[in-house]
Amino acid sequence: MAAERIVLGAGDAAVVRPPRRDPARQRRRRRLRTVARYTALSAAAIVVLVPIYVTIAFSLQSGSQALQFPGSLLPSELDTGVFRRVFEVSNISRYLLNSALVAVLITAGQVLTSILAAYAFSELRFPGRDVLFIVFLATLMVPAEVTIVANYDTIVSLGWLDSYQGLVVPFLATAFGTFLIRQSFLGVPRDLRDAARLDGYGHMGFLWGVAVPLARPAIAALAVFSFLLSWNQYLWPLLVTNDDDFRTVQIGLRTLASSNITEFNLVFAGTVVASIPIFVLLIAFQKHLVRGLTSGAVKG
Amino acid sequence: MGPRRRLRERGLALALLLPSIAVFGTFVFYPFVRTFWLGFFETDPFGGNERWVGFSQYTDTITSASFRNSLWVTLKFTLLTVPVGLALGIGLALLAHQRLRGVTIYRTIFSSTVATSVAVASLMFVSLLSPSVGLINQTLKWLGRDAIFFLQSPGWALVSISAVTVWQNLGIIFIVVSAGLQSLPDDLYESARLDGASAWSQFVEITLPLLSPTLLFGFVVLTITSFQTFGQVDLLTNGGPLEATNLIVFSIFETAFRDFDPGRAAAQAVVLFFILLALTLVQFKVLERRVFYGR
Repeated sequence: MAAERIVLGAGDAAVVRPPRRDPARQRRRRRLRTVARYTALSAAAIVVLVPIYVTIAFSLQSGSQALQFPGSLLPSELDTGVFRRVFEVSNISRYLLNSALVAVLITAGQVLTSILAAYAFSELRFPGRDVLFIVFLATLMVPAEVTIVANYDTIVSLGWLDSYQGLVVPFLATAFGTFLIRQSFLGVPRDLRDAARLDGYGHMGFLWGVAVPLARPAIAALAVFSFLLSWNQYLWPLLVTNDDDFRTVQIGLRTLASSNITEFNLVFAGTVVASIPIFVLLIAFQKHLVRGLTSGAVKG
Repeated sequence: MGPRRRLRERGLALALLLPSIAVFGTFVFYPFVRTFWLGFFETDPFGGNERWVGFSQYTDTITSASFRNSLWVTLKFTLLTVPVGLALGIGLALLAHQRLRGVTIYRTIFSSTVATSVAVASLMFVSLLSPSVGLINQTLKWLGRDAIFFLQSPGWALVSISAVTVWQNLGIIFIVVSAGLQSLPDDLYESARLDGASAWSQFVEITLPLLSPTLLFGFVVLTITSFQTFGQVDLLTNGGPLEATNLIVFSIFETAFRDFDPGRAAAQAVVLFFILLALTLVQFKVLERRVFYGR
């Protein structure tokens, strides 16, 4: 490269000498670069995975074996019974069920309310539409942490402590979801709308028959995103549940950790169990999740 | 459009918006206003008798040593988590932004921490940080060194909480930055290479400026979430030792639900709201000037 430029700089523009190439040396260099790249990638992957690996390794060992480095990293005797035991000594099956139920209800509710609101904002004309849309977006400026004290009072006066309503209802609407699906509805071609009207579709027919199917990618992204967020909720479920039967798995882990201080392998096994559903979800719906997570960040 | 049809369209709009309006009204706007209101009332030490005190509870909150400590600790936490997290996320995204066989496996690994909840991430870090079973202390012991009490010593606790947070955030930062990288035009790099630009100068001259909207977004969102952090503290340090990890939200939680002082907790929450509002506005104003929105 450098040689080329010197040649050009000398004013001898007609003759651009190709740089000398030694094929064997170049191949060796390319292979070396590939090895370096894989090494860097693998080193980074190991660092990212260490907490996960150690948690799994420690969950499978009981007693003194888990305390002996470096043997604890490559346990010789695996105690797989710990996963059965964690279901026996704790309420974790109930926690998992609660989390699944709450997350499914919140997800379904958010998708539904977002579709409805998004349709009103994108297809209907009514006074105050733009102001109301800004009011919706303003909810994003009020994080849940700011309102917990007052919301807790509301839940108490509704008699919703230790209930699924208390865990679900406050989250049944989302400005982010409304915004996401509205964007998608706005992209529906005008011709389709006119054609649907000519075919005698009313608003509801057009919404469910044309607009929603076309907005499927956005809806899938919202659904995966909502499920992830509600499954992982921590502060709110901690506040509104005291009864073990209504606790979600995140709060269940807290209970498990504080009641089994001496049996670390049980706590780690519970941690592994609690994270499996979301890891499966991540692998199955990675594309949708990525779309949901990045829709605010990247144009287009 | 006939007046009848217009009326029907308005009715439909109202029906479609009503569910969202009801939820937002009950669980966002009403509690928002009520939080300000609660801040005007002082609760006596026995949890009863709310007494109107006007703004004095707000001024007391802002000047109290404990709340100032919470602000300072939260700020330190933000400085420990946001820049480090962004830098590591960008590093991982650049590493994985190559045409190599099997790179998708690495991408899945790098995004994997997005699946961890705060409880899972915190307990996973117990496997590294615990004084007795933690891997780091096992290693130190094997090397004949003294154990480090990561979660129990004032010097280490906040750093440990930050480490959990950075790790937990890596996945989402990686995903967002990767998506940003993939949207960059290849031809720019092509011509940069022909001009003999080094990898570093390509990164500084092309990647960073073009990525700046994504990075701005990440910066704002991460800063805001760092001010909302709660779970790590609740699970790992309980705000201690000596309030070294008493982040704002944890302080609000303790004041409201352990000290049973909703008025004071509400006042803290109002301060938190204005901080978040200011942060968002300032960041957009200041950073937008340096952001490249071309194309």
